[in-house]
Amino acid sequence: MSASVLYDAPGPKATVRNRVYAVIGAAAIVALIVFAVLRLSDTGNLDSGMWDIFNYAGIRQNIADAVLATLKVFGLAAVGSVVLGVVLAVGRLSDHKPVRWLATTFIELFRSIPLLITIYAIWVGFLTDYSMWALALGLSVYNGCVQAEVLRAGINSVPRGQSEAAYALGMSKTQVMLGVLMPQAVRAMLPTIISQLVVTLKDTSLGYIILYPELLQTARLIASNTLVNGTYPYVSTIVVIGTIYVTMCLLLSALATWIEKRGRRAKTGIAVAPAAPAGGIDAPVAAPGVPAPRPGGAGGADLARPAGTAATDGTTEPGGDAGTTGKS
Amino acid sequence: MNVLLDNFPEFRDGFIGTVSITAVSSVIALVLGVVLAGMRVSPVPPLRFFGTAWVTLLRNTPLTLLFLIFFFVVPQVFVSGLSPFVLGSLALGFYTSSFVCEAVRSGINTVPLGQAEAARSIGMSFPQTLRLVILPQATRSVIPPLSSIFIALTKNSAIAGAFSVSELFGWQKLMSDRGYSITPVFIWVALGYLVVTFVISGLFRLLERRMEVAR
Repeated sequence: MSASVLYDAPGPKATVRNRVYAVIGAAAIVALIVFAVLRLSDTGNLDSGMWDIFNYAGIRQNIADAVLATLKVFGLAAVGSVVLGVVLAVGRLSDHKPVRWLATTFIELFRSIPLLITIYAIWVGFLTDYSMWALALGLSVYNGCVQAEVLRAGINSVPRGQSEAAYALGMSKTQVMLGVLMPQAVRAMLPTIISQLVVTLKDTSLGYIILYPELLQTARLIASNTLVNGTYPYVSTIVVIGTIYVTMCLLLSALATWIEKRGRRAKTGIAVAPAAPAGGIDAPVAAPGVPAPRPGGAGGADLARPAGTAATDGTTEPGGDAGTTGKS
Repeated sequence: MNVLLDNFPEFRDGFIGTVSITAVSSVIALVLGVVLAGMRVSPVPPLRFFGTAWVTLLRNTPLTLLFLIFFFVVPQVFVSGLSPFVLGSLALGFYTSSFVCEAVRSGINTVPLGQAEAARSIGMSFPQTLRLVILPQATRSVIPPLSSIFIALTKNSAIAGAFSVSELFGWQKLMSDRGYSITPVFIWVALGYLVVTFVISGLFRLLERRMEVAR
């Protein structure tokens, strides 16, 4: 707390003042919570009956099935979006103008259209009876476009010397892309890719709107089909389901943060490794061989600003679907 | 083309709905986000904790779930009788406020500590430091992420359409219920959103250019 742009290290007077603010702030927050709890109990939402419904095997089974359904769509969409992302990123960097143009149009179009619009159109237009596939396809298309921009930024952040060296060795363009550029881009962008997967996981809840029985849809069904003391247990169901969502997202974000920390630590180790065999022969090429594991620093102006790379304090910002536009 | 011409009044209402829910929830998100960012960088631990909890919770909650909370829990437990438009704007605004908060906070963090120290050492008071040194620099680095956040907000507003707020997704749903082929409907809705997002990114680019300085 000592070094902040906004205030000096507090002196005795400021310390006292801060303590007063702390007490007032804590009191206000506690008051807010107490008010919410009182209102909840006034409306009968804290009655034991409301929460007992989760002891029924049937409802537990419903929730377990719903989690499974959510994870199934998430799995499909995760694989689909990453594969599509690789294809589109390669397409955008193609030497052939039509391919480049096609990939760019596809990315720009589907990235700027709300995901729900796309999913709904796919559902109504093509896959009315297969809401799971409509959801997975819509998520793959949208997130694939975002992943493509992330990967492109990653590929652009690989030093040019890498591909020059690979070409000099006689590698074909495909070999350079798949063998040299892509692995480094993926490695550099892994935290961002996973952060985008958190967004994908959150967006599976759009299945609610196309009636796919995922977690949220199931929550609504449970809440609207169980009558406890004359009211529907929306509050308890939403608390339980919300906890499941937040836990899943936090676990995935923790993975991203862990990989980022690990990548940052490993940076020195790997930067030395390629430099050693090259030593003296081609040092300037090998030296910058490892892209910065921090996403967002690299791609410059044309970086797609993938989910929450705005933070400069070293934390990954998972769960952000804010940064999916950046018209370069 | 027929879809649009035959149903133009509905489309117009939908477009206006999208623009107004975007505008209203942007204001909510901006105000709330700045207040939360203030809490998160304040020297008062309970406020910091509150800000952190808010951001962590809201950023890891699906927006659809938040809509569900605002449409089913809030009327039942807190205030009843709010219109879908207000509830939708609140849900969107609350959700987006956590992103605004993080953008503002990291914007403040981009200002080098030395700037504030220099300002203090030449005898500037705290308000002067804030107004003349820190805020101008922080604002400049906050604008690009804010632009993406508000574009994302526009796109997220589609979910409000599924919760009976009149906007463009609602129009898409209505048209497909009326039996129109989905492709032209999709194209018109997409164009509607593109117009809004282009205007937002254009405005922010203008703002960015006006605040640009040589570094």
